[in-house]
Formats: sequence, structure tokens, C-alpha cells
Amino acid sequence: MSPISDPTERAIVNGLQGGFPVAPHPFRIAGAALGLSEGETLEGVRELVASGRLSRFGPLWNAEGLGGGVCLAAMAVPAERFEAVAELVNAHPEVAHNYERTHALNMWFVISAERPERIAEVAAAIEAETGLAVHLMPKTREFFVGFRVEV
Amino acid sequence: MLDATDRRLIAATQEGLPLVAEPYRELAERLGLEASDVMMRLERLLAQGAIRRIGAIPNHYALGLTANGMSVWDVPDDEVAEIGARIGALDFVTHCYERPRHLPLWPYNVFAMVHGRTRGEVRAKVAEIAAIVGPAARAHDVLFSTRILKKTGLRIAA
Repeated sequence: MSPISDPTERAIVNGLQGGFPVAPHPFRIAGAALGLSEGETLEGVRELVASGRLSRFGPLWNAEGLGGGVCLAAMAVPAERFEAVAELVNAHPEVAHNYERTHALNMWFVISAERPERIAEVAAAIEAETGLAVHLMPKTREFFVGFRVEV
Repeated sequence: MLDATDRRLIAATQEGLPLVAEPYRELAERLGLEASDVMMRLERLLAQGAIRRIGAIPNHYALGLTANGMSVWDVPDDEVAEIGARIGALDFVTHCYERPRHLPLWPYNVFAMVHGRTRGEVRAKVAEIAAIVGPAARAHDVLFSTRILKKTGLRIAA
């Protein structure tokens, strides 16, 4: 029933969420650390990506590190308007992720833009289009986390 | 900070690396660069923090981690640094941030994302956080995602 049953795949998911080498034969080096051959590692990664269990394999770019802006935002949307408001919010290309959540603030999305000033503009546009308040929740501090998800 | 070649490199890797034995050489060929130049740029972008990490980007849902709880905490401002560090150190917390309160609607100032196979598993992990934070947490809540309304990756034009 587990989406990962193969030990090679488990080793890759648990062991390769970061630190993939920048070297001519990175799969050989990364595989050696997991007790896998270059071919097994490469095949395993291909299979995990092809099946959608990895969203992708490669660099995780940091929008803020690239000089852009990212901001979490939340709205309290009346149930009867939820679908229509979701459509208006999602129509903005700067809205990257949008989740429905269990709270009076029931719509949570991330605004991501190359120019940080753009975030307030997008929030204002959404407020004008929907007539609802957009609560911006910028991170004021980030705490170190181990990024690993165990499978 | 980024030159035109960096931007082309970002655009070319947003969907991931080429899954071949020599991915950086393959990438260099596609971009008309030397493999050594591609590798030097990636090392620099990692050092600058423009790349957080290189490796497997898990799809939590497809891996069976379908319960995704945003735990939120109201802790005294002068204790945020210490408490945030303790929460972030837990291996099941994938993100931990301080954010502004929006009173009276939103009293919480620390966010910690917790993934699990079931809501029960997430709640048990949130209880672990509560035990670690102790009475400093004046209130907390867990917001489960009930639906993904949109999900796209970072988009940077070349």
C-alpha cells in the first residue's frame, strides 16, 4: 500500500533531498553514498520522477535569493463565494500556490513576484476584484529546519 | 546579482536537471556553454542562497503524506527566537517561520508546517510540539489543507 516499497527508491527519497553533487558524474557519487551504482541511482530517480512521486529532481530555486519577493496571504471567503473567489485569485500569475484550509481564514496562497513591490500591488488588485480583505503574512524570521521528509 | 546566463540556467532547470549520467554537461550543451561554467555557476548560486539545495523534490501527496497541517502558535515576541529554533529542530517540521499577527482575527505569530500520512499522525506531532513549547504557547491551532486550489513552480523568464 505504501507508495514507496522498493529499497532503492526509499534510499533515494530519504537520502537525496539535498546535497546532490555538482560534479561531472554526480549520480555515481550520490549513489556511492547510498550504496547504489550510478545506473541504479539514475534509473531510480527517473522512475520516481516519471511516476510523479518526486515533483522534479534538481535545484530548488529560492525566489528571495534571486532578488524576488514571496509572501503568504490569507482571506476569509464566504462559503457561497469560495469557487468564484478562487478563480479570481488563481487568475493572477503571481499566485503560485493556493490551498483551502480549515479556519475562518479559509483561503491561503503564496504571492511570488520578481519585483518585491509587486506583492502589494497583487494583493490590492485581489481586494478590488473580490471586495474581501487580503491579509499579508510575510515571514519576519525563518528558523532552520531539516528539510527531509521520511518515507 | 544574476547575469543573463544565470537566468537562462534558471529557466533551463526549473523543471529539473536532465536525468542522464552527465546532467551538467547535457545542460551546458543545451545552453551553448562549457560544463565547467555551468558547474561553477551552480556552486556560486548555492553559496549565494539563490539555490536552496539540489536533489529530490518530493511530491508529498504522491508519497502518501496526504495530511498537511499548518500548525500556528501564539508565543511571546521575546521568546520567538528560542521557541522557533526548538520547533525547527524537530525532524517532522518542514518549514518554520515567524509572521505578523492580524488581531483580532489571527493571534498567531509562529508557523510550523507538519506533514503526515493521516490527520491523526499530524495531530500527534503537533502535540509533541505543544509539549516542547510548554506554557509559552498562549494558543495554538492546526489548519489542515482540504484542497489544493493551485500549485505551480517558481517561474522566472529566461
